[in-house]
Amino acid sequence: MSVTLSRVEPSIAGVGDYIALMKPRVMSLVVFTALVGLVIAPGHLHPVIGLTALLCIAVGAGAAGALNMWYDADIDAAMARTAARPIPAGRLAPGDALAFGVTLATGAVVVLGLLVNVVAAALLAATIAFYAVVYTMWLKRSTPQNIVIGGAAGALPPVIGWAAATGGVAVEPLLLFLIIFFWTPPHFWALSLHRTEDYARAGVPMLPVVAGETETRRQILLYTFLLAPLGAAPWLLGYAGMLYGLVAVGGGAAMIVLALRLHRARYGQTANRQMFAFSILYLFLLFAALLVDRVPGALFGHFAA
Amino acid sequence: MTEEKPQPGIKLTEQQLRARRSRSIAIALSLGVLVILFYIVTLVKGPGVLVRPL
Repeated sequence: MSVTLSRVEPSIAGVGDYIALMKPRVMSLVVFTALVGLVIAPGHLHPVIGLTALLCIAVGAGAAGALNMWYDADIDAAMARTAARPIPAGRLAPGDALAFGVTLATGAVVVLGLLVNVVAAALLAATIAFYAVVYTMWLKRSTPQNIVIGGAAGALPPVIGWAAATGGVAVEPLLLFLIIFFWTPPHFWALSLHRTEDYARAGVPMLPVVAGETETRRQILLYTFLLAPLGAAPWLLGYAGMLYGLVAVGGGAAMIVLALRLHRARYGQTANRQMFAFSILYLFLLFAALLVDRVPGALFGHFAA
Repeated sequence: MTEEKPQPGIKLTEQQLRARRSRSIAIALSLGVLVILFYIVTLVKGPGVLVRPL
């Protein structure tokens, strides 16, 4: 009896392909929100330990991205937006991406647990597992609520940053979690309105594909009405100062205006693109305002200690 | 004198060799960063490196 062995070609994937696997733009947002969680946390954390925590969180986020690209290679190949990614483009074998993702995830969690604390490491492990297993392998292909529930993974980094600094969780980081959680649906649905045919071709049950564009615009508006006051909550509850309050109220009002325009628009992609682009700026400005609000106090505390 | 038999195995193309070299350098640098990180954290935390909050 003869056995035919399939020939595995040596890899042509370069460092750039492995970096692309980690979704660097998503990583940068994760690191930024984690940094804010770390900085606004009470107490004093040595800067080297803080940087170590951020490095582990960044690598963990990259690992989650690599695992997502491993599992979703078939969907990515079917969509114009993602067909140039390393695996569908044939530059990197799926098995290599899986090994890379698992190795990075294990390393990030272990190093965070050994050098910082176990609570932060456990939260990082839970985040990676939630994104890779719950969102990527289960929700994304089976429900139009995929990015709503799956958005919890993207909302956890500020909680991980806070846990790295304090060893625990509190109301303030959970507020930041809720802000990102309720920001995710209008952000991603605005994108998916722009790419409905792409998602339909790949068989992904995004809300515009399943329920239509009108219902999606309505849901974006509803979530934005929830998001705007949540964004202002840190100021309203006394966790942040006036600067943050101004940014949150102004940004929230702008988000509502854009969501109303998107809701009224019946065709054309301008309102979708504007909503998507501004949603990124809105989240960045919120977290930047928190940082600016708190950094002078944090620095003063560090030098006074 | 015996003739040398042609060696069996895979011969990498130029592109594959370049890719493998770049990956190897990246792995070496990453391991180096990890070593330096552990060294610096040991200096920062002192003898009780593994003493940390739960």
